[in-house]
Amino acid sequence: MRRTLAALLALALLYAIPYSTIRLPGVFDGPLDSPGVLQLLAVCLVFAGLALSYDLLFGHTGIMSFGHGLFVTGGMYVTTILVNHAGYSLLISALAGLGVGLGAAIVLGAVALRVDGIGFAMVTLAFGQAVSLLVVSGSPGLTGGEQGQTLNAAAVPAALSGIRNTANLYWLALAYLALCAALLWWLTTSVPGRMMRAVKENQQRVEVLGLNPYLFKLLAFVVAGVLATGGGVVYLLLLGGATPTVSGSDFTLGLLVMVVLGGAGRRWGVVAGGVLYAYADQSLTRLSGSSSVAALPGLLRGPLQQPLFLLGVSFVAVVFFLPGGLATLPARLRTSTMPIRRMAITRRHRVTSGPVTGKRQEEVAPRG
Amino acid sequence: MSTLILLAATGLGLAALYFLVASGLSLIFGLMDVLNFAHGAFVAVGGYAAWTVADHVAGTLGLGLALIAAIAGGAALAALTELFVIRPLYARPLDQVLATVGLGLAIPALLQAIWGADPRTWTLPGWLAGTVNLLGAHVPTVRFLLIAAALALLGGLRLLLSRTRAGLVVRAGVENREMVAALGIDVHRAFTGVFALGGAAAGLAGLLDGLYQGSMSPGDGTALLIFAFVVVVLGRMGSLTGTAVASAAVGLVQQFANYLSPNLGDESVVILLAAVLLLRRRDLKGRPA
Repeated sequence: MRRTLAALLALALLYAIPYSTIRLPGVFDGPLDSPGVLQLLAVCLVFAGLALSYDLLFGHTGIMSFGHGLFVTGGMYVTTILVNHAGYSLLISALAGLGVGLGAAIVLGAVALRVDGIGFAMVTLAFGQAVSLLVVSGSPGLTGGEQGQTLNAAAVPAALSGIRNTANLYWLALAYLALCAALLWWLTTSVPGRMMRAVKENQQRVEVLGLNPYLFKLLAFVVAGVLATGGGVVYLLLLGGATPTVSGSDFTLGLLVMVVLGGAGRRWGVVAGGVLYAYADQSLTRLSGSSSVAALPGLLRGPLQQPLFLLGVSFVAVVFFLPGGLATLPARLRTSTMPIRRMAITRRHRVTSGPVTGKRQEEVAPRG
Repeated sequence: MSTLILLAATGLGLAALYFLVASGLSLIFGLMDVLNFAHGAFVAVGGYAAWTVADHVAGTLGLGLALIAAIAGGAALAALTELFVIRPLYARPLDQVLATVGLGLAIPALLQAIWGADPRTWTLPGWLAGTVNLLGAHVPTVRFLLIAAALALLGGLRLLLSRTRAGLVVRAGVENREMVAALGIDVHRAFTGVFALGGAAAGLAGLLDGLYQGSMSPGDGTALLIFAFVVVVLGRMGSLTGTAVASAAVGLVQQFANYLSPNLGDESVVILLAAVLLLRRRDLKGRPA
């Protein structure tokens, strides 16, 4: 109940942002309701939704896919191509894009899930790479090659085009994130969702129970794939065109970074990870042109102008020093201020269940 | 006929590059079960270290020094990676892979920060810049350099693995790591060694990739890495001969298919990987699944 209330409160706050003229100097360039800031926030929300969809696979079901970006690419490009080259309306094209995403997820999932672990990662990497090659150099007339392709402006409804309507795009992105969050939070508490978690924890036990792990993994793959396809359509509207960057392996690795940064399998953590990553990715590029960075000596300035460098380094740092991601930070801070209680609980735990790992202690302590 | 020879020579040149990258990748995975996503970064660092040296010292001497710089750069980075990133995480295998993913993103970005995103061009010394007339086909001399380097590495690695004690430890470690450790052998030293060796080969690949293409940019190593993954999987992780054969097969298939239709080669290789993984009911080391 408290969780639902917190979620609704967060949703209401996010919904109200385009009505606010608050300035956050240093964080955003203008007031919150200015188009530039809303655009940036909208991209953050879409990435948070995409991160949630990826987390269903990685954090919840425990399968590492390196091909998640291909669904985003699919949603983006199928919609663009149908609008620009076949002359269908945006709605029909987007629905067709989702249909293609669903079909692709079922087929690719059914095929790729026949192998486990690193093998699955490789097969999905190969699929993603195949789509990337197809988009970048397969048929430049259709996809626009490395330049990407602008969405035919005449097909976009007036309410979703133009700088003045950025707020509508922002709400669209918020609706996408809310849909992802609601669907995934419902799914993960349902019986199939709990079976997915069981597959992550111990696949053999699921098999011993007479259940087929393959089906639950496939369900997770299909749901995540369709959600990512939808994210591709929303991202397309935000950018006003399709871009091949979403098909590259860096994009999918970015999704992995978001999830791990925030905390795999932790809802708020993943959302925070997606927002942070998207914010950093966009703002660091902007920041690098600012006078404060330009004044730094060259040795420092260079790396600071590379968002991927900072993200990569912070990612390694999180993997090292903060296993479980940013979501475990509050609990860690609490335990570090209560050293005595923590010790007591650790000792009790050790008596009841033998040797415990460091991670287990961290999880147990705040609850006690 | 001359087209055929040219395609075969180009394909084998490419195969040599794949082998230089994939052999290290394969040994690392075979011994330590770490899928090293930072390997492309080793390639790029070797390439840029070599380019910087060759930029200051011209001619054949410069190329020789660049060769040393590439090998040393790749090996040093790989050894540091093993010591400071991989080793502390042995209890958490998934985090090892994730950490290499982070390095694989960060290091090329760092290279881009230092050397810029624009491609850096290589100028070949005179004796390398020409072509060799092979049965009527004009094959660029660099291709032979690549093939020779790969053959030398293959021979060297085979000797190292079959004739030395260190090689014995590595071979035993690929089969059963715990057993080697239980016999009182410090397997961790073998880990650092294999990483450094793989990094040295990757650094060399960075230099040769630059010579092969005539230029290089920070993302080149990562692009090569994906095909090296394909080779490693096709050749069975941990098997040197398998890796060599798979390199040749992938390089040749790619060149000939690309000749038929541009991009067909890249696509076919990627699809080949998926097909082999799915149809071969064995795990990545070739044991029955």
